[in-house]
Amino acid sequence: MAVIEVEGLVKRYGALTAVDGLDLSVARGETLALLGPNGAGKTTTVECLEGYRRPDEGRVRVLGLDPIADARELSPRIGLMLQEGGLYPHVRPAEILHTFAAFHDDPEDPDALLTSLGLDDVRDARYRSLSGGQKQRLALALALVGRPEVLFLDEPTAGLDPVARRTTWELLAERTRGGTTILLTTHLLDEAAAVADRVAIIDRGRLRLLGTPAELTAGGDGSVTVRIDPTPDAAMLAARLAAHLGVEVRPEAGDRLRIAALATPTLLTALAGFLTAHGGDLADLRASGRTLEEVYLRLVDDPELQRSTAVVA
Amino acid sequence: MSGRAVLAQARLETRLLVRSSESLLITLGIPLGVLVFFSLVPVLPTGDTDAVTFLVPGVLALSATATGLVASAIQTAYERKSGALKLLGATPLGRPGFVAAKLASVLAVLIVQTGLVLGLALGLLGWRPQGGLLGIALTVPAVLLIGLVMASLGLVLAGTLTAELTTAVSNALFLVLLMLGGVAVEPDVLPDALAVIGAASPLGAAVVALRSLLDGAAGGPAAAAALLGWGALGTALAARTFRWEA
Repeated sequence: MAVIEVEGLVKRYGALTAVDGLDLSVARGETLALLGPNGAGKTTTVECLEGYRRPDEGRVRVLGLDPIADARELSPRIGLMLQEGGLYPHVRPAEILHTFAAFHDDPEDPDALLTSLGLDDVRDARYRSLSGGQKQRLALALALVGRPEVLFLDEPTAGLDPVARRTTWELLAERTRGGTTILLTTHLLDEAAAVADRVAIIDRGRLRLLGTPAELTAGGDGSVTVRIDPTPDAAMLAARLAAHLGVEVRPEAGDRLRIAALATPTLLTALAGFLTAHGGDLADLRASGRTLEEVYLRLVDDPELQRSTAVVA
Repeated sequence: MSGRAVLAQARLETRLLVRSSESLLITLGIPLGVLVFFSLVPVLPTGDTDAVTFLVPGVLALSATATGLVASAIQTAYERKSGALKLLGATPLGRPGFVAAKLASVLAVLIVQTGLVLGLALGLLGWRPQGGLLGIALTVPAVLLIGLVMASLGLVLAGTLTAELTTAVSNALFLVLLMLGGVAVEPDVLPDALAVIGAASPLGAAVVALRSLLDGAAGGPAAAAALLGWGALGTALAARTFRWEA
């Protein structure tokens, strides 16, 4: 049974349809990243699951429970981190975390959690004096302290430096190994690729793409990008390479050449032959060069794709 | 919501309530200042009555107003603004648990205020109420009840206005009530219209009710009824209008 189920979710704010018929399901121990531009409906979707918003149509369930009707039963089993969720200006991290721990029957040790999130130095500082990253980590600690079975994290690493982001990802990975299910929203493509088992790209309240990061970045236009050292004239080199390989080659920024072909052994052999014949070393080679960012930008920028709903997996 | 969760949150709320100096100025500084200043400086036209005898019921009611209507309202409004309320509502504490903890924190602070006012009046200012010990003993629960009435009205402000507006409105109300409610100014000296408003106000009703408990003054039952009416109104309005999100 899926831990998080979203079926035909519709949520409107007046004339605006924030979520427009969304279906999602997240299995136990899985991490799903909701990726999309601002206003895509990510937060609204999560807030329907957290019980803050009542769906206009469709059905949402968390651990088989209705987030609004069964809130009392559900609240001890979930942990959440709100977008830009602040706290009392005068509160101290240790006291609020101990207070939240007292809400639960079997909480994690608040002090150990402060240590693992690097908040020891500021445990008795006032909230308003914390840096953005420290506030963010405290919010995560509050979400984690009750040993939740399901975590809802709305942009959990916004404002964190790269080291703190990596620490956060590791902490989340530890929880999923323990069976915790995570639904997180992010605009950060590298975050989605790093932590998520599956990525759901949503835009204008609809699901555009759903799949593992590998599925989403695989295939594509099957291009190979190379850089040849030296490249005295990229345009001339591209023309020569095209003639040698018999496929289109376009020069790109940074003296890179994009070869419009799949990275087959035949192509690579031909490429090696070209280097031998014309002189030059291969300085860089990237096959099937679709990053999650390219997938995302194409999807969000392309009006044709926006009209259709392509679901990979 | 469990008892342990409410207790933990109540302790946090209470600590936060006494942590800010603005809040302490309102909850302790002004009521105790009024009590001591006007007891020692003979500017009040209290006639045959001792200044302190006149002042204690008003200062007790003022303390309840300061904590319930002003300090707790402002704190709650900032909790709402910051997003803390939204988050707390989704924890096992829950929204009813939050309200219970909030009221408990008002009562905790009010017990300290009441102790200080009574201690100061009895110990240093020579206060000897007509109602004697029984009157004093009955006053403590009455003051706590007044605190709950004020807190319900404070929650109406905090749950509907912005934090900045809650601060402004609750402070303004405090000042108006202080002047019209019969705390340091006898209602008799006010223009009729203002005297009526003052007597009907929650603080005015509270002062009369306490005066009747402590000194056997007239009008106690009517004042108590008015006070309970304010409490019912505040509770009904707060339950209908309180918004948990900023």
